[in-house]
Amino acid sequence: MSLRSALTLRRGGHRLHWTDVASYAYLALGVVLMFGPVLWLGLSSFKTQAALLEFPPSLLPTSQKQVSVPGFDTPLPLFSVTMDDGSTRVLAQVRRVGLQAQMVDPADPGKTIRVALDKRTPLRETAFAFSNYTEPLRQFDFLLYLKNSLFVTIVATLITLLINSMAAYALSIYQFPGRNVAMVGIISTLMIPITIILVPVYLVITWFGLVNSLWAVILPGAATPTGVFLLRQYMLTLPRDLIEAARMDKASEWQIYARIVLPLTLPALAVLAIFSVMWRWNEFLWPLAVLSKSQSYTLQIGLNAFQGELQTQWNYLLAMTVVTMLPITLVFVFLQRFIVAGIANTGVK
Amino acid sequence: MRQSDAARRTTRPDPWAAAVRLLDLPMRAVQRLIGERRMPYVFLLPNVVFFALFVFVPLGISFWFSFTGGSALFPSQRPYVGLQQYGYLFDCGSVLDPSSCREDHFWRGVHNTAFFVVVQVTLMVLFSLVTALVLNRPIRGRAFFRAVYFFPVLLSPVVVALIWKWILQRDGLLNAAITTLGGQKIIFFIDPSWAMFWAIFVSIWAHMGFYTLILLAGLQAIPGDLYEAAEMDGTRPLRALLRITLPLLWPNMIVVIVLALIRGVQTFDEVFVLTGGGPGTATLMIVQYIYETAFANQSQNFGLASAASIVLGVVLFVLTLAQLAFNRKRDAT
Repeated sequence: MSLRSALTLRRGGHRLHWTDVASYAYLALGVVLMFGPVLWLGLSSFKTQAALLEFPPSLLPTSQKQVSVPGFDTPLPLFSVTMDDGSTRVLAQVRRVGLQAQMVDPADPGKTIRVALDKRTPLRETAFAFSNYTEPLRQFDFLLYLKNSLFVTIVATLITLLINSMAAYALSIYQFPGRNVAMVGIISTLMIPITIILVPVYLVITWFGLVNSLWAVILPGAATPTGVFLLRQYMLTLPRDLIEAARMDKASEWQIYARIVLPLTLPALAVLAIFSVMWRWNEFLWPLAVLSKSQSYTLQIGLNAFQGELQTQWNYLLAMTVVTMLPITLVFVFLQRFIVAGIANTGVK
Repeated sequence: MRQSDAARRTTRPDPWAAAVRLLDLPMRAVQRLIGERRMPYVFLLPNVVFFALFVFVPLGISFWFSFTGGSALFPSQRPYVGLQQYGYLFDCGSVLDPSSCREDHFWRGVHNTAFFVVVQVTLMVLFSLVTALVLNRPIRGRAFFRAVYFFPVLLSPVVVALIWKWILQRDGLLNAAITTLGGQKIIFFIDPSWAMFWAIFVSIWAHMGFYTLILLAGLQAIPGDLYEAAEMDGTRPLRALLRITLPLLWPNMIVVIVLALIRGVQTFDEVFVLTGGGPGTATLMIVQYIYETAFANQSQNFGLASAASIVLGVVLFVLTLAQLAFNRKRDAT
């Protein structure tokens, strides 16, 4: 194992060294620890309420088989029972009495058989409870929260792209008095996160009469120093001749921005769009402060309110957590390259 | 067929082009009015208005609020009380003992946040460094492993907290593992130490991928011939790590540490959803104190919340200055 391949990414291509084994072991542990919990959430979200209450929990969404037996109102749970003579039979349990269970043969429900509890094992079947997903969307307001989240994410991202690209255009293409002041002013807002101006932003939103409106969530974060910075860096690399040529052709400054500069800035706009979607979809503290009526909850706030209720309905909660996670997961799967490049270039997320 | 395709292409409405044309009329008029050279101000205007309304004006109001009392939201109805709010915040027998303070929750928040930040940042930077070093080795499937570590970064704090709440609950996966190994069930969130442990664990889990990515980018920027030269001199790998890799990675480490500190001081979301600040006030952070003082309590004490915000702001300001100083030093060398 050469030193170079031990410390850099170049492949040595020799036998496995103990450091290789250690590396793969570390990474395998990482996969279990980082991805396992998400997988567990996904599997659990398909379990029925009864299966979720089982302890210890089963890995896959399984539940005990049940059978309707004539003469009994509710379906009875099925067990595989070892009889005294050593044979096994499939019996349905009527009730438990002390250390014994009263069971019946589904084919012959007239006769009650007494079985010791430790002689029976539950019969299991895989059962996906898709109702975990459909019920909360119908019974509770999750469909509304989903719509609110989509509205906030889409509208906020469009506004963010528009106003930040306009500012970046001004700051990259033109030389004008006050340019540096504007740059410093915009960059300095990086130092003022929402956590320290929570109350006064709430006041400004109240002034506009927007409390409990989705616009209260959309507007405050629309102008972002990260966005201006990212787009400006990209626009600075555009060839100036194009712009001069357009000006010769009597294009207005607005046309130069909208028809020439913006289309050329698409890669940077895509990165900002992905960031903005992530920020907006996941935003929590500010919506929590400004949205107090449940009609205007976003998914994050709705989910938090739902989990805070006294009787946590885990089956619905887990499914809705998956729904909340899904769009970001799709963004990640398809656009990971852009996200990684964006973070490496700007050092923000 | 071909013709109709072509026809559709020419007549298909392009909303962007239409919007551009629509907006071109007023923008052209503005340009004629103020001249081409003043147009950048027009392009800058929307952003400046947003920053003014939602950052700079609020920052000013925040200072003003911290010198006023009462429970009214509008500044004109709030009486000036001077330094009273700050007086309340710092009215302490000893700042080391929150229960001796008038605003004991604020100081609990300060203590919890300080402990949280020190432990979380240390461990997270350490794990990120190890992970980045491992990912920088000649391993197969690096893109996959990098993605696995990075994925939780994108999840919302609510989702992160719920994933772990589900695993850590009384009858959850972890307790199943513990009982299988012969242990007793632990109810984690009624024990202050366990609650803090999991708050730190979960926030490391959620954020370390981000810092790993930055450190990995730094590692990949280290020129390979340095290692070649070291190898020719017969340098051992460990020595190369200590003498080449870590010194050259140091600037990135500083960035990562300061960024993690700035984020850590503002910790709220995951911990709030995971523990609610409890049990009692065991995991209550400063930002939760600010949020609850302003919005969740009956009193709606905006003045006190603003004063606490300003104190937090000063801490963040100092951290940011430290970052800028380090950046300048790095750029100079």
